[in-house]
Order: sequence, then structure tokens, then C-alpha cells
Amino acid sequence: MDTTTAVASKPAVAPPPAATQPDAAPKIIARDVNVHYGDKHALKNVTLDIPEKAVMAFIGPSGCGKSTFLRCINRMNDTVASAKVSGLIQIDDQDIYDPSLDVVQLRARVGMVFQKPNPFPKSIYENVAYGPRIHGLARNKAELDQIVEDSLKKASLWNEVKDRLADTGTGLSGGQQQRLCIARAIAVSPEIILMDEPCSALDPIATARVEELIEEIRRNYTIVIVTHSMQQAARVSQRVAFFHLGVLVETGRTEKIFQSPNDKRTQDYITGRFG
Amino acid sequence: MTLIYILGMLLVAAGAYVAGRQKSASFAVAGGGLARLHSLPSYHGFYVALAAVAPMLVWLIFWLLTAHRVVDAQAIAALPANLAPTDGLTYGARLREINQAAAGVRLEELQPGVAAAGEALNSWRVVADWALAIVGAALALLGFAWASRQLSPEFRARNGVERWVKVMLIACACVAILTTVGIVFSVLFETLRFFSKVPWYEFLFGTQWSPQTAIRADQVGSSGAFGAVPLFAGTTLIMLIAMLVAGPVGLFSAIYMAEYASPRVRSIAKPVLEVLAGVPTVVFGFFAALTVAPFIRSTGEYFGLNVASESALAAGLVMGVMIIPFVSSLSDDVINAVPQSLRDGSYGMGATRSETIKRVVLPAALPGIVSAFMLAISRAVGETMIVVMAAGLAGNLTFNPLEAVTTVTVQIKTLLVGDQEFDSAKTLSAFALGFVLFFFTLALNFIALRIVQRYREQYD
Repeated sequence: MDTTTAVASKPAVAPPPAATQPDAAPKIIARDVNVHYGDKHALKNVTLDIPEKAVMAFIGPSGCGKSTFLRCINRMNDTVASAKVSGLIQIDDQDIYDPSLDVVQLRARVGMVFQKPNPFPKSIYENVAYGPRIHGLARNKAELDQIVEDSLKKASLWNEVKDRLADTGTGLSGGQQQRLCIARAIAVSPEIILMDEPCSALDPIATARVEELIEEIRRNYTIVIVTHSMQQAARVSQRVAFFHLGVLVETGRTEKIFQSPNDKRTQDYITGRFG
Repeated sequence: MTLIYILGMLLVAAGAYVAGRQKSASFAVAGGGLARLHSLPSYHGFYVALAAVAPMLVWLIFWLLTAHRVVDAQAIAALPANLAPTDGLTYGARLREINQAAAGVRLEELQPGVAAAGEALNSWRVVADWALAIVGAALALLGFAWASRQLSPEFRARNGVERWVKVMLIACACVAILTTVGIVFSVLFETLRFFSKVPWYEFLFGTQWSPQTAIRADQVGSSGAFGAVPLFAGTTLIMLIAMLVAGPVGLFSAIYMAEYASPRVRSIAKPVLEVLAGVPTVVFGFFAALTVAPFIRSTGEYFGLNVASESALAAGLVMGVMIIPFVSSLSDDVINAVPQSLRDGSYGMGATRSETIKRVVLPAALPGIVSAFMLAISRAVGETMIVVMAAGLAGNLTFNPLEAVTTVTVQIKTLLVGDQEFDSAKTLSAFALGFVLFFFTLALNFIALRIVQRYREQYD
């Protein structure tokens, strides 16, 4: 949290550009979402709309529930035995916790990029081809090659790796690994990409590359990003949601939240009083 | 005497420790507190004690290795010229007689010179004991004096003790390594002796195994045949059957426990499975011979098959059950060691659990799984008891699992049990078999190690 406080002392470093579609129709709708981990009430009555084809940033101190909420959107909390989710989350008016919904197909629509780059111990090619293979998106080798190439180009990694697609993905640098993970997520053509602190393990230069990438792909994807860096939230997002102690405190346009927040807690957090 | 010497060493160590500690403590009192010392008093004590005891220990080992030879040589030299031994055999015989004389045992009428030699033996033994004690004490004193002169507030006893610790650890590692080397050589020399009687190509490529050597030249079947191929074939067959059982069952139960089982099930199932590893192999042998083999025989007969009452299948199946825990327990550990982030990555792509296991977890855990399999194979190849009881002794060259076969280990056991002359081709062939077995498991371990090293860096 030390880095955040340092950054937060000058919140409006670079006012974000106006969103291209600031008030587009919501892609994801959450109503009264509660999450319990055993006895711990991790997320309390979160009600939030996430707009389509824009970047929404979740900010807040550690343990505030922002990652928990992110993991509700593709039901990754299902893999945690003690987690219990209640409330309503809809993607395109479809309840994703509906028992008839196939979680495997949901996750193909909602890609995820993790905090620590986690390429599979396979070749670069196989990493990207993983999703298309398991979902049967390519009919033949040529189509698969095309998907891999397109995904790597979208993740602006193609030029760096095109001559060594057979090399192992774990041999890349940290920033390249994270862009590989983004390419891997893009390869299954998701509608939504969730990013859980994607730059926290990267150096500033690699972080800048990933942020540029987010800026490029946000026209085609709905992106939700959890970040500890207020500068990053200001740079990449059009909307911000501030979480504190499991409660969604405030949400709105990025420049509004950073320049004139309504809530005292938001004000304190972005100016570095706590967190 | 050796016992007294060792007790003496302990006393010297204790005394030197106390002396060193006190000397160091006196520096502290004179110099104003413990903080002035480079090393704590106990380190000074350890340093002095080690310096006193180490030369004593070296001397003891040297004495144990050489003293009895010197004493024996002196006793033999005391014999009159007409009794002096001419070769190794009479040397040993004379030495036994002298020892009897020295101990006062009169089993037979002693020749006059032998009694005198016995007395010489006794007196030389006393000399040797005194030599041990006096030289040991002198060395201890020298070591103590050398170390305790060095002590001063600035003396780095702590670093000195660290060096001693390192030497001790290296010595322990050397014991393990030298034992292995020793085993290799002892087996190797007997093997070479065997190959001087039976050509190696006949042993390695011959298909007839009948290890009988004649006592008289006119005996029937006196030639003996030492073609080990039937044994290798039997070993391979039983190993394959065992791995066919243990491989899938062990690996799949490991996958269940690591990926599917709830923590509660896992905490019960894993120890229960590991109990299998604790069952003595003899008990598995009973089970194979008395339960499984008859069952297979009657089942086979029901289908009109001719099954031997001792079959490779019975031995292989039970051996497979025996090595399940080796496969499952180690595989479970390596599967658990695969980072959760890789699984999350795969689930996040919309992969199901079994897709994740098949495409991400198992490839990442492959080196560990391979080494688990290798360990299980070397266990199966080296196993004796089950095969002795359930697979039989007949050296059939067959790959039919319903027939009786024999393995390398069973034959080694059979060749060396009972009264044997030690230089016949029959007994020596056991060493050749042992050498082949050792070489095989060594090669397996080596391959497993290489595989693990090659793929180790794949994740993290």
C-alpha cells in the first residue's frame, strides 16, 4: 500500500480523456451481491452497473472485496469451497448464477488475467492455442494458426515472439508473460476481460506496455480491472468503483471520482489519508 | 580396551570443553563482559574439545585397522622355523592354533613352538593396548594444548567450530558414498571371477538357465547352463504386470486425492493408502500364493485355460498392489506442488476440471510423476519375497503371464541359500545376477534424475 499512498498524494496527475461511450448500456448488472467466505462477510450488498466496451476500474485498500467481486463475474469463486455467493449478477440480461447456466461457457465469454503472470509450462503457441483447442474454435491447423497470430497481434506481442512460437512461455520476461496471458484470454474471443491487478508484478516499462494494450483493446471488449495504483485507474479507466471493507462506497466517471468524490472515504483514500 | 578408550575420549571431550569454557569465561570477566569476546564461551569449549578428541579418534581408527596385523605378524615370527607358514592357507591355520594356545583352549595336542607363540601373542596384545592408550593420551594432550593456547578474546572459535561441523558432515556423506562404492566393487570382483568360469556372452545372451555344477565329472547334467535371459524375461514380465496395475491405479488415485477429494476425505484416504507401503512383503507373498494364485488358477480353468499354480500373473498383480503407494503418494505430492495459479489460469479460460488436469496439471507435474514411476519400477525389480512365494523357480523363457517364471532376485536367493562352496560357478553366478540388477536400478535412477532435471524449470 506504500506505493499507492505515494501516488495518491497527487490524484489528478493526468485527467483521463472522456470516454468514447461514457454512458453506454450496461453489460454487467449486479444487484445486492453478498459473498461469504465461511464466517467472513467479504462483500456486502454490492449493486453496480458495468458499461459495455469501456474500462471500469475497481479501487480500494487491500481486503476491501474488489477482487472478490471481480471473481464473482466469471464464477471463479466456485473453485473456493468455502465461498458462498448470493444476489443477482446478469451479463446481457442473463443470470450467471442460474443453475442451468454452464460455467465453462460463461468463462469462455468472460476471460481473466491474473495478478501474477501464469503462462502454462508449454510453448508460446500452445499457450494461446489452449482456449481455442478446448472450446473447438478452430476447424483445422490453419485456422488455429490464424487465431494464435491474431491474438498475439492484439496483445501487441506478435513482433516480439513470432520467430520463437515454439519456445516455452515461461521463458519470456514478466511483462511479455502478462501480455501472453492477455493474448491467451483474447484467443477465445471473450466479450468481457477481467484483470486482477495485472501490473502489480511488473516493472514500470512493462506496466506502460500493458496499459497501452488495455487502451487499444477496450473498443472491442468490456474490461474490468482491479488495481492498487490510483494513477493506473486514472490512466486506463472511464469509470471507477471504490470499495471499502466489503462495501461499494462510490462509483462514477473516472474524472468525477478523482476530482470531486461525493463520499468522505473516497476522498480520504484517493488523497492518501489511508489505505 | 577399545571400549575403555572410547569412554576415555568422552571424558577428554567433557574435560576439554569445561577447561576451554572456563578460560574463555575468565577473559570475559577480565575484559568486561561477554560482548567483548568474539565467540561465546561455549564455542571456545567446543573448539578445544574437538581439537583434543579428533586426533584421538583418527588414531583409534588407524589402530583398529593395523594393530591386529602387527600383533599377528609378531606371533607368527615367534614360531620355530619348522612351523613357519609357507602360504596363505597355513598362515591362517597357524594363527588359529596360536590363538587357541593364547586363549588357553587345548582342543588338540599343541606342537611345542605354538605354545610359545601364543604367549608372544598375548604379550604383544598388551603392548598394542598400551600403545593405543599412551599415544591416544599424548595426542589428546597435544591437541588440547594447541587449541587452548590459541584462545583469546579475539579468537574466532565460532568460525572454527563451523569448520569442524562442515568436516563432520562431509565425513557422514562420505560414509554413504563409500558404502555404495564398496558394494559395487565387492559385487564386481565376484562377477569377474564368475565370468572367468562362464563367458559373459553366454551369461547375458544364453537362453538356458540351469545352475547346476557337478561335484564329480561323471555326474548326469553336470555341465550347468548359465544363460540369464529367462531370468531377465521373467523379471521384465512381472515388472510390466506390476506397473500395469500400479501405474494407472496409483496415478489416478493420486489425481483423485490431489484434485477432487475434499480435505476431509484426503486426510483419511491418504494415510490409509500409505499403510499399504508398511505391509511386510512376506505378508503380500502369503496373499499372492494362498489367495490370488489359486483364484487366478480356478478362474483360468473356468475359461478352459491352462494356468500354472504359481503364475507370473499372481506375483505381478500382488506386486502391483504393493507398489501402488509409491506411485500414488509421490505423484500426489508433485501434483499438489503445481502452483494453483496454473489451475486458475486454465479454469479462467473455461476449461473443465479434467481438461485442466490433463492439459496443464499433469504436464507440469510430469517430471515428478516419472520419477515416482521409476522408483516404483526399481522397487518392483528388486522385490524378492512375493516372487519367491508366488511365481515359482522354473526358469521358463516365456512371456505368457499364466506360466510360472522366475526372476533375478529369486535366483540370487536360491543360489545363496544353504551350504555352498564359495568358488563354484553356481554361487558366483548370484553375484553376476546381482551386478546386473544393481546396474539396471542404477540406470533407472540415473534416467529418472535426468528427466527431473531437464523439466524442473518448467514452472515457477
